[in-house]
Amino acid sequence: MTIVNPPSVMTEVRASYAFVERNWNLTKRYWGWELAFFLYTIASSLSVIYIGKAQGTNQDALVLYLGIGTLVWAYLRAVFDSISEMISWERWEGTIEYTFMAPISRLTHMLGSALFSIVYGVLRTALLFAALALFVDLDLSRTNYWGALVVVLIGSLSFLGVGIMAAVLPLWFTERGAEMTFMISAILLLVSGVYYPISVLPGWMQPLARISPATYFLEGIRQTVIQGRSVLDLGPVLLPLLITGIILIPLGVWVFTQAEHWAKRTGRLKRNG
Amino acid sequence: MKTDAVVVDDILKSFGGSKLRFGWRKPAEQRKPVVAVDHVSLRIHKNEIYGVLGANGSGKSTLIRLLSTLLVPDAGTVTIFGHDIVREERTVKRLLNRVSVEASFFKKLSPVENLMYATRLYGIPGVQARRDIRRVLEMLGIAPDRFDRPLEQMSRGMQQKVAIARAFLTAPVLLLLDEPTTGLDPRSKLDVQDFVLRLRNDHDATVLLTTHDMGEADALCDRIAILDRGRIVVEGTPSELRMQARTATQPDPSMEDAFMYFTGRSLEDAEQEEQEEKVAS
Repeated sequence: MTIVNPPSVMTEVRASYAFVERNWNLTKRYWGWELAFFLYTIASSLSVIYIGKAQGTNQDALVLYLGIGTLVWAYLRAVFDSISEMISWERWEGTIEYTFMAPISRLTHMLGSALFSIVYGVLRTALLFAALALFVDLDLSRTNYWGALVVVLIGSLSFLGVGIMAAVLPLWFTERGAEMTFMISAILLLVSGVYYPISVLPGWMQPLARISPATYFLEGIRQTVIQGRSVLDLGPVLLPLLITGIILIPLGVWVFTQAEHWAKRTGRLKRNG
Repeated sequence: MKTDAVVVDDILKSFGGSKLRFGWRKPAEQRKPVVAVDHVSLRIHKNEIYGVLGANGSGKSTLIRLLSTLLVPDAGTVTIFGHDIVREERTVKRLLNRVSVEASFFKKLSPVENLMYATRLYGIPGVQARRDIRRVLEMLGIAPDRFDRPLEQMSRGMQQKVAIARAFLTAPVLLLLDEPTTGLDPRSKLDVQDFVLRLRNDHDATVLLTTHDMGEADALCDRIAILDRGRIVVEGTPSELRMQARTATQPDPSMEDAFMYFTGRSLEDAEQEEQEEKVAS
């Protein structure tokens, strides 16, 4: 008996690409929804930006502050959703058993899904930015683009870690898991200073803001885009993001693997819906 | 001497039940675990088509899901070509594939897109996969103009053929078929059965087939086990089972008669009882 395609780095890379190609194909097939969500995001972003524009004083700075908030949140939400919902989505489509039967490591599974979400998220955000620029003037004269890119890359790693941890919930809770990840997303939106400085939050919310990677991601982007600060000045922002990513990605994969074993013991690794 | 492809040794799997009692939970006596597979042992020889016959809820699908590494047994062991399904899970996964009663695809994607995804997961290079997918789909009688259209536009029979193509393309040495023809029209059913035979004869595959179609089991399987309430009540070749079920009033029993003889109830009664027990638990 011979084993066809024994495990190797190449087979893992091919398997990882399977998730990228699959998600791209699904995006094309659901193009109507993609367009609808895109237009909705533009509308909601503009609604927030126009609130800033309506304020009398220092409105250009406020518009840029809010614009960054809407764009960064749209990106983070896309990355978080695509990782955290990968289980509930496969349950709903009915393919979960086949994906989990495949001879690949769970890290390959996660990284393949993550790779697509980051590339797609960046492209979508760039398009959103271009669309918003048609409606409002954004002062980017001091922007450090390379610095912003570094924040996006390191910040994405930390958010992947959070997404992987959240993806465990639909594995544990067949029915309610997706609802729980939605709540996590809502809490991150509230406490991370997307549209306001975290200093306005009540005292008991401040610790939540301090442990949210989105807080540092937004702070880093604002410092590079509005103030044009260099990467070397971003230590207090990049370090927490880096540490979060380094801890949460392997921890998330480990927790996920434990949850998978538990799901196999209790018979929860099956389609739903 | 025949090589064993699958060795199932005293395997047990139960679901539900809880030692914890909370106010809102049912009383403990109503929350007993449901034993789905009850100390089952069997051996499947290499290149054999082995049938597991039973009513809905008899434990057939749980047995298949255990062998597929989708469930972890509570007790007992399973080895596939000598590899333990728990300790050597990834090696085992590479050896097998499964076709279930539900086709289970991304319905908005086309057969080619779904099969590209499946083959890449098994490390098959894209160029080879693209070529093989078209060849296998044609071999299964799917018209080329359907290859790139969403699967949701295809009939259930066609979707099940794509599911068989998915399993076939990963070149499994053990194919697990969980009621693959349930709900198919007679023509599709024959096509699937023919393909199963070709897989065994031309590709040296070993097949475990679960079904509640007595005629299908009789026609396809080299040996059959009858599973009732999670236990194997009898095992043998189709002719051996029919022979053992002979009585004075039934000198030439069908497989349906053999099932009644060994389980004490008809398939319909067995399914009804299993359903009632499920609701009660």
